[in-house]
Amino acid sequence: MNAVPLTHILFVSTALFFIGMYGLFTRRNLITMLMSIELILNSVNINFVAFNKYLYPSKLDGVFFTVFIITIAAAEAAVAIAIIINLYRSHKSIDVEDAAELKF
Amino acid sequence: MSASAILFYAISAFILGMGLLAVTSTKIFRSAIWLLLSLVGIAALYFWMQVEFIAAVQIVVYVGGIVVLIIFSIFLTQQSGTEMPKPAMKRTVFSVLAALFGFGFSFNLIDHYGFVPTGTQPFNVSVSEIGTQMLSTTAHGYILPFEVVSMLLLSAMIGCIVIAMKTPEQKAAEMETIVIQNEDTPGPSEVITPHISEPLITEEA
Repeated sequence: MNAVPLTHILFVSTALFFIGMYGLFTRRNLITMLMSIELILNSVNINFVAFNKYLYPSKLDGVFFTVFIITIAAAEAAVAIAIIINLYRSHKSIDVEDAAELKF
Repeated sequence: MSASAILFYAISAFILGMGLLAVTSTKIFRSAIWLLLSLVGIAALYFWMQVEFIAAVQIVVYVGGIVVLIIFSIFLTQQSGTEMPKPAMKRTVFSVLAALFGFGFSFNLIDHYGFVPTGTQPFNVSVSEIGTQMLSTTAHGYILPFEVVSMLLLSAMIGCIVIAMKTPEQKAAEMETIVIQNEDTPGPSEVITPHISEPLITEEA
């Protein structure tokens, strides 16, 4: 178990975070942008669990933060998809460039 | 290198590879499937860290809930076989640069920060331990966030219903179309009126 230091887990979660950030920057489709946000949230969850396990094994706060983040991510995804489908009904497109009425 | 370490690096490579494919694939349905595999890999990482409860929640909520929701919304909003346009070259280059710079910066920071463990106790994350601490009202209890999250879920549910609901104008427009369709058909036709204008039971004063 101790063969892998904490920093290597943090490197993995950092790489996953920046993969999600790259997706958020390049994608112009709302659903794929939502997928990138899910990747980012998951990388944060890995960090919380790893810190809890390696640095504070007597407590459980990291695990609780992870549980709450997963809950809020589920609520966020549900609301986001409701908005996306409603946008599709009115604009016939889910490209962010087409949803520009609130821009100015 | 022990078997545990080899397992960790294999799981990490799987997660990152699937994540990269999920953000670069030009077919949206494939992108969703790569995302699903990446989330399964993250659940495997939780199993490797021996936090079985979080791994189970990850599979149930993310793989079973959110990805299925995403796939349904893909089916509702686009032709899943069509390719998405590739991002502009300039945007790709600058996004790669930003991601690489951010990763290098964080890598350097993590590498040079000496993390000091506070204790050597065994890490106890049994479900009973999590449940007891989550619902306790003492100093390290999480009962208040638990209740707040339940309110958040309720409001999200109501919000989704309100967003998906049709406005009164849309409903009236649909009723108009029903009436017109009924007029086209020969013979007596029932006209469905959206509102009952007069009360059904009238009492003589």
